[in-house]
Amino acid sequence: MTKPTESSPKRRGAGLNRRDFMIGGGAALGGAALLAACGDDDGGTTATTTTAAPTTTADTGPGSTTLGSNFSGEVPKAALAAAVAATGVETTINTIDHNTYQDNFNTYIQQPDDVVSWFAGYRMRAFAGKGVLGDISDVWSGLSGMSDGFRSASTALDGKQYFVPFYFYPWAVHYRKSLFADMGYSIPTTWGEFKALCDTMEGDGVIPLCAANDGRWPQMGMFDMINLRVNGYDYHVSLMGGNESWESAEVKNVFSTWEEILPYYQPDANGRAWEDSAVALGDKSAGMFLIGTFLADQYPAGEEIFEDLDFFLFPEINAEHGQDAIEAPIDGFMMAASPENETGAKALLGGLGSAPAIDAFLDVNPSVVAANSNANTSGYNSLQQSSATAVGSAKQIAQFLDRDTDPDFAAQVVGTGIADFLTSPGSIDTILADIEAKKQTFTFE
Amino acid sequence: MEATAASSVKPRRGARRRRSSTLTGRDRMWLWLMVGIPAFLHIALVWLPASLTVVLSFAEWDNLAPVSEISATGFRNYWIIFTIFETDLFGALFNNLVLVVWLTVCSAIGMLFAYLLDKNIRGTAIYQSIYYFPVVLSLAVVGFIWKSTMFSRDRGLLNAVWPGEPVDFVGDSTKLFSFDLPFLDPALGLSKNFAALLVAMAWRHIGYIMVMYLAGLKAVDASLREAAQIDGCNEWQSFRQVVFPSLRPINVIVVVITVIEALRAYDIIAALNEPRGTDVMGTLVTKSLLGEGSGRVGFGSAYGVVMLLLCLGFIIWYVANHYRESEL
Repeated sequence: MTKPTESSPKRRGAGLNRRDFMIGGGAALGGAALLAACGDDDGGTTATTTTAAPTTTADTGPGSTTLGSNFSGEVPKAALAAAVAATGVETTINTIDHNTYQDNFNTYIQQPDDVVSWFAGYRMRAFAGKGVLGDISDVWSGLSGMSDGFRSASTALDGKQYFVPFYFYPWAVHYRKSLFADMGYSIPTTWGEFKALCDTMEGDGVIPLCAANDGRWPQMGMFDMINLRVNGYDYHVSLMGGNESWESAEVKNVFSTWEEILPYYQPDANGRAWEDSAVALGDKSAGMFLIGTFLADQYPAGEEIFEDLDFFLFPEINAEHGQDAIEAPIDGFMMAASPENETGAKALLGGLGSAPAIDAFLDVNPSVVAANSNANTSGYNSLQQSSATAVGSAKQIAQFLDRDTDPDFAAQVVGTGIADFLTSPGSIDTILADIEAKKQTFTFE
Repeated sequence: MEATAASSVKPRRGARRRRSSTLTGRDRMWLWLMVGIPAFLHIALVWLPASLTVVLSFAEWDNLAPVSEISATGFRNYWIIFTIFETDLFGALFNNLVLVVWLTVCSAIGMLFAYLLDKNIRGTAIYQSIYYFPVVLSLAVVGFIWKSTMFSRDRGLLNAVWPGEPVDFVGDSTKLFSFDLPFLDPALGLSKNFAALLVAMAWRHIGYIMVMYLAGLKAVDASLREAAQIDGCNEWQSFRQVVFPSLRPINVIVVVITVIEALRAYDIIAALNEPRGTDVMGTLVTKSLLGEGSGRVGFGSAYGVVMLLLCLGFIIWYVANHYRESEL
């Protein structure tokens, strides 16, 4: 399922995959994806294994390799096939439903394909630390166009690289340009301006802030942003790593700051799917929405709302940290600890990390932003351009709460705590004490 | 039991009569096979994993390290779920308890429906299909129906007809009623969204039980009812004194199904994304054991063992009781 639940639903994966989930869900009433999200216990076997036509442009250099892919939607699947073709490495792509893949990764990584798709940050480091991933530092030495931020997101605690970034999508405050123009709103850059704008919107009969928390992950983004703004990136990372107390004055400060904007929330966030909030933003009954740029996939490309959509960075709260940090989950690829064809796997990873592969990918699926700065950005739409600029100018990049810490701790402890906070902000002290006590039962990296 | 040889000596009361052993070796072999294979499969597929779960609940394992690196931790996992995750555990147990009561009520309603539909009223097949319909729908469809079209706060059917302020049927985990327990904070109680979920559960359970009783009612000898009628029984008396007792075999199955369904409830809750306040043991177990994290096998197994003990306890108690009664 879960298990996610739409679930698991409940998934915190890449934006495009959420989109695909919705597409699939609409077509087949959620069939496989929903079941998988609900904690399918034998997801591994129900996975649809498709083999892409081997892309044989290579002269028998590195030989043939295999790629385990969670790009299960039709568009991303085709896009990945195009990217792999661009690397020229003969590859068999085994595609597994996105949620199933994620839920069973723990088992899968014990007998994986040579190259596997995964997420950067803690989620990669956790597996690197357990010795199930292959060191690809030598691939990195051949990569160009990767910023230091991406390098550190790909580096495990032992200082070696285990991950090749492919693309990312930032989280920011989305709004409709026409609403802001018609009502004369201006982009807030400080917390005071932000709250003042909320007040104005409320006066105008617009719900200031979209609020969804179905699946208990969307509001993690709000926690992250406020924590990054109030306490800064270093504290955030330390907190995520289990090194700070959740009962500290810093964390309490995050929640009291958060409480200041709760009155501007769409009521009843806990039961609302983020897709429903997207509807409210689309019809202008709500004004602003802190969410990943995958939001744009909810609106038909090239049509009115899609073209009207823009975002701004989460406002500054503490001058010391300004608007330095941004949240931008990175998706990419890793190598198995002992691949059948290591030369082929490394050739493929090197290829996927370079510009031609992501260019081919974005040709087919233009909803994300290339990690490689050499990629061709001339075809970017305005949202992609803004995303690239926002991340490019950020001093620090966080992944997302459930990618920056133990995923179980994120989902079962922090996620439920945030849901309880939204229900009764007054009992935050009890909630934080509970989180701190439960934290002690987890071992962090 | 077949009679033994024509011995004129009356066997002592209660003493076992000897079974005739007219079975050939071949028969015996077949008997062993027919009993042995299912027994083997049962032990291998049910009891072995169950026992492993019990073993793992006393250990710590990240589901990744070699099996040799599993380390025993004694009762630590149980200590954790009973003292640190206690609000989750007792909240879930309470919800399971609510479900036992609620599904029992639903079973009674299912029986009533079956009794009414069994009377060959006009269009009975249509009613039967309608009530049974939810049972044959897949989980994905059930989840979609309830989450998106019925319960959704912004565009659900229920909120369209609900008077007053819209209600968050999915996410509102505030309590309808609650009571304080000295060792538990916050208080235990029935959350609003779980109450809404109960409706969705009833929707499916009633139809399920109805079909079982319909089958049972067909097997009730019509002449018994006729006799009851001739003897002047009214509807209720004839049901209570004649029909209900002859439904005994079905009742046993229904009671077991109802309680087990209540204890292991999982699917509809999962389809609704396990909102806060709606956890039951089934969702706690799957959340801890499945999913990407799944790095806490021992912890999840401990939840699993609590659930196993509950189900097992009930089954043993009930079946033992039942067979003792039926021997009288």
